[in-house]
Amino acid sequence: MNTNEKLLEVNDLRVEFRMRDGVAHAINGVSFELYARETLAILGESGSGKSVTAQAIMGILDSPPGFVTGGEVKFRGTDLLALPENERRKVRGPGISMIFQDALSSLNPVFPVGWQIAEMFRQHRGMNRTDAEAKAIGLMERVHIPAARERVRAYPHQFSGGMRQRIMIAMAIALDPVVLIADEPTTALDVTVQAQIMGLLKELQDEAGMGLILITHDLGVVADVADRIAVMYAGRLVETAGVVDLYARPAHPYTKGLLESIPRLDLKGQTLNAIGGLPPNLLAMPAGCPFHPRCRYAVDICREGEPPPLEEVVAGRAAACHRVKEVYGDE
Amino acid sequence: MNDDVILSAEDLVKYYPIKTGVIRRVTGHVRAVDGVSFELRRGETLGVVGESGCGKSTLGRLLMRLEEPTSGRVTFDGIDMYSQKGGAMRRLRRDIQIVFQDPYTSLNPRMTVGDIIGEPFDIHPEVAPKGSRRQKVRDLLDLVGLSPEHINRYPHQFSGGQRQRIGVARGLALNPKVLICDEPVSALDVSVQAQVVNLLARLQKELSLSYIFIAHDLSVVRHISDRVAVMYLGKIAEIGNDAEIYERPTHPYTQALLSAVPLPDPTVQREQIVLSGDVPSPANPPSGCRFHTRCWRAQDICKVEVPLLVERPDGESGHQSACHFAEPRQIVETAQL
Repeated sequence: MNTNEKLLEVNDLRVEFRMRDGVAHAINGVSFELYARETLAILGESGSGKSVTAQAIMGILDSPPGFVTGGEVKFRGTDLLALPENERRKVRGPGISMIFQDALSSLNPVFPVGWQIAEMFRQHRGMNRTDAEAKAIGLMERVHIPAARERVRAYPHQFSGGMRQRIMIAMAIALDPVVLIADEPTTALDVTVQAQIMGLLKELQDEAGMGLILITHDLGVVADVADRIAVMYAGRLVETAGVVDLYARPAHPYTKGLLESIPRLDLKGQTLNAIGGLPPNLLAMPAGCPFHPRCRYAVDICREGEPPPLEEVVAGRAAACHRVKEVYGDE
Repeated sequence: MNDDVILSAEDLVKYYPIKTGVIRRVTGHVRAVDGVSFELRRGETLGVVGESGCGKSTLGRLLMRLEEPTSGRVTFDGIDMYSQKGGAMRRLRRDIQIVFQDPYTSLNPRMTVGDIIGEPFDIHPEVAPKGSRRQKVRDLLDLVGLSPEHINRYPHQFSGGQRQRIGVARGLALNPKVLICDEPVSALDVSVQAQVVNLLARLQKELSLSYIFIAHDLSVVRHISDRVAVMYLGKIAEIGNDAEIYERPTHPYTQALLSAVPLPDPTVQREQIVLSGDVPSPANPPSGCRFHTRCWRAQDICKVEVPLLVERPDGESGHQSACHFAEPRQIVETAQL
């Protein structure tokens, strides 16, 4: 596999939820690219649209109420949004695959875990039960589940949280996906187990050269594993940058605020620099930049018209802010 | 006894019976808290960290006497809490209050904010006479940074961070001396977490409160705590002030925990200690040192002899560790944590 191959290209993706009390604009023009062997982190708080982005790429958006209203999702050059459902289904699994946050509710409680992993092979490869089960055992070993042969017929509730997440990962990598989307894969887990799971994902990525999209709200996890970061706020990307650059010198006031709100040793005992206010209501978005009510840099131009577009700050970095010069230059 | 100490626990134990079969025979016990001792000083914050199932929430409930312990003592201001009855216990309850983790489920959706915060006054009418209650609730709302005009609103009309403020206001209604915060910020978004941490720090100063701050987020705990206790499977593995725990941890579990916590700085260098396996079941904890099944330093003695929580080589007093082979080891350049 070519290291620099562009695996995924999302262009101006738009998603809205049509509900009784109005239309919620969950994603408003999100664009990014993912290359082979790369880990792209999509960082955002609840309601920022990061999970909806993943669902739209996978084509598993609940519809209704969710509708993709524009944009492209190009997987190796083919626009997935233009494909009929039966074609898209063939991409899910061997092409793009996904790990969900809550392993317990994502696994079927009434089927053995081995059966659920083997389903991938039965459905996509037409294998018989015996061969598929053998494959499932191999996968369980690959994600380091001890005594895989004995536990292949055990049920999800017989596993711990960390082991269940490994089973989810085994299902997701069963067909050697080109792109893996991990939606908060470790949020429900303890830190020592989280370290194991993130290590496992890294190991699998190195072996297979997958592109990984990591969706998370955890600034610590992102710093540990990501190559590039896309920060989301109110359904828009507000900043994209390489991981070291972003932490060293954020270019968007929201990113800057997030980083400043983390407790640091040299500020122990002092008041944390919290971002005031709340994320906007998606049903009643403020005019102008959606972050302006909470932004200490906001001036008149931020409060009116269209939200600022994502524009290049320096090579490899972009931010969506009218006052990027002041924020980026303000050290 | 030291006058400085407001709350102390001595060898606190809580076992929950496991019942099986039709006749509900007791076949074992979940050892949720298994011999925990510590002291909380006036005006101090003691952080309690540990992974899920380590007994930190049960400990909080025992300190509130929401649970009766299997054995052990809790002393509040010189009074033996578990021997108090009736009115005396009720008076004692005013002094120790709790803020729960999940602001979505810990507030009754059918009650207005005024009723939620004022409910403690129904049980303790001596704190606020009938006529002054509404005003008292308004003052509390103001104290936690909410608008007193919102007194008639319902919980669903508030965001997560605002709801947690309501939880804090309820906890403060009876002018407690000790506030137990059980994961008060873990359900909140990062940008809102800082607001609530700031609120708790301000209230501690203004009202000279003592906090037990239970959490799994080591950075938040470090920010707010004077001393930190690290729990593993119902026992305290290590306790000390924040510099001792974060810069010179001596227990291998503390070291592993510090190594596993993701740090929000991509340039930081630190030792990688990845523990194998999961936390064992508290219904059947390992013999000897409970950490020996996952510990890279375990020797034969660890499987047999339970290490005591005592002062171990570190050169500082008050820094206690329950490990036979305790040895200070810096894991993270602490400027980064």
